[in-house]
Amino acid sequence: MVDLVLLGDVLAGTARLGTPIAFAALGGVIAERSGLYNIGLEGQILAGALGAAAGSFATGSALIGLGCGVICGLLSGLFLGYMSIRLRINQLVGGIALNLLLAGLTAFLSRQIFGAQAGGARVEGFTQIRIPLLSDIPVLGPSLFSQDPLFYLLIGIAVLAWYWLMKSHKGLDLRAVGENPKAADLAGVPVFRLQYLAISISGALAALAGAHLVLSQVYVFAEGMSAGKGFIALAAIILGRWSPIGAVCAALFFGFCDAAQFKLQFSSPEVPYQLFLILPYIASLIALVILGAKASAPASVGLPYDREHR
Amino acid sequence: MNSLIMQRRVAVALLLALTVGGFLILFDGHNPFAAYKVLFFESFLNYWGFSNTLVKASPMLLAGLAVIIPMRAGVFNIGGEGQIYIGGLFGAVFALAAPDLPAALGVPLIFLAAAIGGALWAAIPAYLKAYRGTNEVIVTLLMNFVAIHIVSYAVAGPLLAEGAPYPYSNEVAEAYRLPIVMPRSDAHAGFVFGLSMALILYFWLRFTPSGFQLDLVGRNARAAAYAGVDQKKTIIRAMLIGGSLAGMAGAIEVIGLKYRLFHLFSDGYGYDGIVVAFLAALNPIVAPLTALFLAGLSAGAGTMQRAIGVDSSVIEVVEGLVVVFVAAALVAPRNSSKPILKNLLIGGLFGRQKHSKKKEA
Repeated sequence: MVDLVLLGDVLAGTARLGTPIAFAALGGVIAERSGLYNIGLEGQILAGALGAAAGSFATGSALIGLGCGVICGLLSGLFLGYMSIRLRINQLVGGIALNLLLAGLTAFLSRQIFGAQAGGARVEGFTQIRIPLLSDIPVLGPSLFSQDPLFYLLIGIAVLAWYWLMKSHKGLDLRAVGENPKAADLAGVPVFRLQYLAISISGALAALAGAHLVLSQVYVFAEGMSAGKGFIALAAIILGRWSPIGAVCAALFFGFCDAAQFKLQFSSPEVPYQLFLILPYIASLIALVILGAKASAPASVGLPYDREHR
Repeated sequence: MNSLIMQRRVAVALLLALTVGGFLILFDGHNPFAAYKVLFFESFLNYWGFSNTLVKASPMLLAGLAVIIPMRAGVFNIGGEGQIYIGGLFGAVFALAAPDLPAALGVPLIFLAAAIGGALWAAIPAYLKAYRGTNEVIVTLLMNFVAIHIVSYAVAGPLLAEGAPYPYSNEVAEAYRLPIVMPRSDAHAGFVFGLSMALILYFWLRFTPSGFQLDLVGRNARAAAYAGVDQKKTIIRAMLIGGSLAGMAGAIEVIGLKYRLFHLFSDGYGYDGIVVAFLAALNPIVAPLTALFLAGLSAGAGTMQRAIGVDSSVIEVVEGLVVVFVAAALVAPRNSSKPILKNLLIGGLFGRQKHSKKKEA
């Protein structure tokens, strides 16, 4: 019985800790499918978190906070797109620069908005929603069907992203751009417009991850609160084989490792909990090596497309 | 691209970044000129302030060189941070295991151990890149986190000092401590070591066949193959050198500054190295200057906040902007003397960044 309770706890933790990683990973998948690396996810999570906290702080409405966060994410995505598509800065350098920039900027702005007091200002957030009937299922019910609204939003968005990317015309165009922009261009696909679209959506999704941290987890903005989740999301993209559903599953696996690690620290201190912290990275590295990245990574990801270049 | 034009562009990019930062300071309700004056005066012209700058500059310089060398061969080493951690771990383990050697033998061996640690950590992405074509950026990035957790396991477990309130190891023997170059301050000989590394690497790249091969592979892999250069070996060599440089940065933090191995002992120096490398336009001989500049910014940020009340996070913003602007400046058209501002705003439409990243022909 005790084990079932523990399992339920870990499952609930998995959903809670995996959700932000999953949002960011979804964003990364969409960007990479269009041929653009988004190494800036980490910074964009912070932008989303600050936007959500500020919006909710100013209006007292978590929903408006969510909207503000998403807008911040969209803008940061557009900026990254401008660097990658227009200026054709090396996409990895651009992403790293964006991370540095947003880490500093969110810290600066948060002190302007909330003042310098430690802990920051508590903001209005989302509460858990119990889904009738389903939440009565033992073990699974309390852990998976009494989550906050953003978890359900994640599931919805994941399915939608999968459909859009894999089944719709626009998604096909987008994937074509990521595989062979020249061919797509010649076929009349608006390459740059689609890349801007993808990178903006990517930023917005990363921002949802930040919004989840603020509005569903801790209800306050903290500097550097993304704590590497944007980088773990990059791993989830690989482990999920550049598929929206795969990436979400990988992110939830990472969430599971994190939740298990928390439990272990308290229940069995003799097992080094760092083992579980390392596990997601090792799993991704092994996936990268064994499955081979070339097979499923978009062929043209990271290479700036130049119309006038043969 | 002409290296003079390049250096000029970097300078203008720097000024732009500082200008935007100045507006933020203004927005914060302070005088940007006064703030910058305090910042640069305190970090470069004040004895104690400059010693702080030197302390930060030494790991930044080595981490910068750890980015420059692989990048010259076309490999992007984001793994400096992890290599610093593993290097620090190897160095500390050696120092703690053999505490009784004479300093003249012990210190070089600690450096060697750290270099081996860093190189081993870099060997994995290097091998994967050279023989499997795996993206080195993702691999090095992921391995950073693994390295950090390994060190935090080590100092919380097997290496934990007795009665330590916080995860750290025992102190290394006093004989192994790096000499202090500025009396009564923390400024150790690490920067001097980094400086000599920068010189050696500059001459190596410039005047030796193996150094030239490295550049050739980075600039034009196909031409290198025609010339009979083994691309795979060159990539691996570049990464191993990079990894050992970062590893030694780890050792310097241990035996130069903290005298122990700490949990989370590197404060993102591996990532700072990327900024140092880009600011130096990938030239090792310029890296000491850019490392000092960046270290001065970050050492002066705190002083600026205490003296004037300007939020120190402004400096983080400036650092991010520096990378954006410098990267944009270096992408701009080759052999062109177009004003940088125009390039930044309109974009380098005709240059292929793959080529123009490299300097001097």
